[in-house]
Amino acid sequence: MAVVIILIYIVRLMSLQLFTSDYKTGADSNAFFKKIQYPARGLIYDRDSTLMVYNESAYNIMVVMEEQHGIDTLDFCNTIGITKQDYINRMAQIKDPRLNPGYSRYTPQMFIDRIPADQYAVFQEKLYKFKGFYAEQRTVRKYSTTVGAHVLGDVGEVSRSDIEKDEYYRQGDYIGKLGIESYYEKDLRGQKGVQILLRDVRGRIKGSYQNGRYDKAAVPGNNLYLSLDQDLQSLGEKLLKGKIGTIVAIEPATGEVLCLVSSPSYDPHMLIGADRSQNYAKLASDPHKPLYNRAIMGQYPPGSTFKTSQGLTFLQEGVVTPTTSYPCYRGFLLGRFRLGCHGHASPVQLRFAIQTSCNAYFCWGFYHMINKRRYGSVYAAFTKWKDYMVSMGFGYKLGIDLPGEKRGFIPNSDYYDKWYGHNHWNGQTIISDAIGQGEVLLTPLQIANLCATIANRGYYYTPHVVRKIEGHDIDTSFTRRHYTMVDKKYYDLVAEGMRAAVLGGTCRGGAIPGIDLCGKTGTAQNHGRDHSIFMGFAPMNNPKIAVSVYVENGGFGATFGVPIGSLIVEQYLNGQLSPSSETKANTISQHTISYGTNSR
Amino acid sequence: MALTQDNTTSIFRSIDWWTILIYIVLLAMGWISVVGASYSFDNTDILDFSARSGKQLTWIGCSLVLGLILLLTDDRLFDTLANIIYVAMMALLLVTPFIATNIKGSYSWISLGAVNIQPAEFAKCATALALAGYMGSYNFTLEDRKKFLGALTMVLIPIVLIFLQRETGSALVYLSFFLVFYREGMSGSVLFVAFAAVVYFVVGLKFDNVSMPGLETSVGTFATISLIWLFTLILVRIYVGEYSRLGRLTLWGLLTIGCGYALNCFMPQIKISLILPLLCVVTAIYLVVDALRTHLNRLLLIATFTIGSLAMFYSTDYVLNNVLQPHQQQRVKVLLGLEEDLAGAGYNVHQSEIAIGSGGFWGKGFLNGTQTKLKYVPEQDTDFIFCTVGEEHGFVGCTIVLLLFLALILRLIHVAERQTSKTARIYGYCVVSIFLFHIFINIGMVMGITPVIGIPLPFFSYGGSSLWGFTLLLFIFLRMDAARNKYRR
Repeated sequence: MAVVIILIYIVRLMSLQLFTSDYKTGADSNAFFKKIQYPARGLIYDRDSTLMVYNESAYNIMVVMEEQHGIDTLDFCNTIGITKQDYINRMAQIKDPRLNPGYSRYTPQMFIDRIPADQYAVFQEKLYKFKGFYAEQRTVRKYSTTVGAHVLGDVGEVSRSDIEKDEYYRQGDYIGKLGIESYYEKDLRGQKGVQILLRDVRGRIKGSYQNGRYDKAAVPGNNLYLSLDQDLQSLGEKLLKGKIGTIVAIEPATGEVLCLVSSPSYDPHMLIGADRSQNYAKLASDPHKPLYNRAIMGQYPPGSTFKTSQGLTFLQEGVVTPTTSYPCYRGFLLGRFRLGCHGHASPVQLRFAIQTSCNAYFCWGFYHMINKRRYGSVYAAFTKWKDYMVSMGFGYKLGIDLPGEKRGFIPNSDYYDKWYGHNHWNGQTIISDAIGQGEVLLTPLQIANLCATIANRGYYYTPHVVRKIEGHDIDTSFTRRHYTMVDKKYYDLVAEGMRAAVLGGTCRGGAIPGIDLCGKTGTAQNHGRDHSIFMGFAPMNNPKIAVSVYVENGGFGATFGVPIGSLIVEQYLNGQLSPSSETKANTISQHTISYGTNSR
Repeated sequence: MALTQDNTTSIFRSIDWWTILIYIVLLAMGWISVVGASYSFDNTDILDFSARSGKQLTWIGCSLVLGLILLLTDDRLFDTLANIIYVAMMALLLVTPFIATNIKGSYSWISLGAVNIQPAEFAKCATALALAGYMGSYNFTLEDRKKFLGALTMVLIPIVLIFLQRETGSALVYLSFFLVFYREGMSGSVLFVAFAAVVYFVVGLKFDNVSMPGLETSVGTFATISLIWLFTLILVRIYVGEYSRLGRLTLWGLLTIGCGYALNCFMPQIKISLILPLLCVVTAIYLVVDALRTHLNRLLLIATFTIGSLAMFYSTDYVLNNVLQPHQQQRVKVLLGLEEDLAGAGYNVHQSEIAIGSGGFWGKGFLNGTQTKLKYVPEQDTDFIFCTVGEEHGFVGCTIVLLLFLALILRLIHVAERQTSKTARIYGYCVVSIFLFHIFINIGMVMGITPVIGIPLPFFSYGGSSLWGFTLLLFIFLRMDAARNKYRR
């Protein structure tokens, strides 16, 4: 009998110890308390390696309900600066299983999110009086600057969908929400570490497991170096004060974004710390949409800046030669159809057409290209045209390292087939595309990129705001040249036209002594006052900066676009503004355009 | 003086060194386990005498001294003093509840300054000695009702007294004396009936909620009543020997069960749950008729067993719900896996299973167990000490302990069987039974096989009383064994 009993017991032992790992798992979840070690988020520097974004300690106040009783609520509320009603509400929220699914009486629950270090110092002295309350050290983002909010973005608590998408996150973690904080989240966040602690049956911590042999230290996030020039950025934001618009500057040789201004903007400090949600709501409900990054999300008619791309396409396709002339009798006349132009000499060749921004020239070119027999059909001809546009970076997202970029709009043949019916449209029907009106929409970033492509005479790098990531190279998509379908020689011609525009054309007001600026204005008609547009690059040879300016309802391109673009170029190339330019900048800055409250 | 000298040397020559060896190895492993179980990450000094590991070392030392003293005493002393010790012990048990302090709801501990003594642990030894003396007397036989009743009374008195102290576990240990009665000629049918009752209870309850394939009847009912029928036939086979009608009974019974099952599948109104008890009743009546014809009284008894079993089966639910206390019902249900109650009654066992299960093959190593150190297992250095073995020394350690216990029991049976004196043999079987009961229940309960009855694991559980109690039991027997040749001479 004894033998049988012992045998049965040995079999039972086997089933407990050898044939299942359930008990092992059970033991681990019993005894091990995995304390997360939060890494420091990566720092962000500007183009000159000046610190822009850094971390500061803040403290989460945690509460363990089981241990929390008999505290002086009034004293507690005064110490951390909340009202008694806040206290009662917060406690109710914590206990509500719908708002707080992971609730347990025995584990620390978040009571208040990130109180600043100085406030915590007061609280800490009284902590012994508040049984069941603990502090957990976290960090908040701090900014050494008030500009660049759209690029820098912000950090906030993870949402439930963030947690579902990436199992790295736990309730209460922080994640980049906008800008590069979001785009480079994986670089910036670093890697959480874990400290394995032993927890006894009452939940008390009894020290580290095996002297921390299985602990994992937190790995700090990688630091980012932006291509943003802080001076340029702040000049840009200053110039657009009181106006809705954008300024995008790119270094053509690398695709690095030198400034990315979207106005109205906001101070990045608004979206940190305890006031974040309040301020966020305020910004989100502002009719002028300051949270909206127009530089990459706004889709605008490019106006006459688009003519450069047309000229290039016609030359490459042989629709025109550099010496082809078109007549312009104050406009493009075809039968009874008329598209007006301003007064200048006629006939016009390409260079002169760009210099004076002649509508008729580009309408003729476009009309001849789309209606050309060589392509077999209007459909095929327009498809060819669309391919050129796409090769210049239009119609699709460029792929900048910021979230939320829009693709703009380049119609294709099917689009017009659907609109007018097959074979019921031709070059004349859609003639406004030739001058950057009609259906064509570009983002200000795409306009700047067009300018950079001309500056490079035929290729571009995908624009990007981060030039260096500590620890590894930037993505190869940012270091690859994208050639358009147009040869370099034609670009030279267009560049000459743009230079001529500054010297004696539409951009005369933009001329900067000592800098051979090339430019092209644009004036986009819309339901309100015209949009004022400019794009330009300098110096003409071996260009250092390409810029696009878009001021909503700013009037002629020469009104706001040209002077703003010129100031940006001067600031960047000279490192400062001349006294007269400084005056001009102040004047522009003080000029406010009135938009209705229901404006976009 | 010379005589004493001679006596001493002869003792050490004739003592059973195997038992001593196993005893010492178990003591050593026991101490290691207590160290492991009471070790705290806060206090790492295992020789600290204010800590349990240090104290246990003292108890072990005392035990060894006690063992040595016992070996040096005159063997006739036990025989002579047996009844006096028994009476004194019973008196002590009687007064214990009145002078004891309440420790976890039990009134079994007498506080003597620094140490607490649990008389129940020593009463086992006293009872064994007295019982052995009584049953070993010249003309004792269990056939004699009066004498059997006397022996039974000697066992029942401590049971009742210890029950009064609310030490159910320790009281139940005295049931192990029935094994001794069996060895000394008590009809095995008593044990068989007890065994059968437990089987009905367990099978009936455990499978009460599982339906037979295709039928409404539960597996519990079907299996239990089939077992009753089967046990009846086995009893007939054993106690009546060549019984010519056995084959016929078997055949008809199987046919009835088979047809009943088949019929039930197609005609729901013919219930197998009615056919089966009917079969048992018919079989019983058949046996009664046959008994009256052949004057084989045993058949009558077997028929009684059959009917009694049926009655027992149908009253199971009543017993569970009306006789047992709520917490006992709970324990029974948890044990049978009818209820998952991991936070309440099932908590201890669940945690101890986790602790043992997490040990794996080699264990986590000495002092590396997390479940026991962090107090997830309650009573981990006393009743649940085996968890520590399981967690820190794994399957290998547990198996070694189990095999050592097996070796101890087999060796003790061997030693008991070689006794020339009836008293010594009976005493030996008392020792074997008590050890077996403790090991069976204690290790069974930490592994979730037997009910949770709070009794210590010999030589492992922390505590002086139990350790000395077991040492007394064992060494008195060894002393008797060492003297066996004297009686032969």
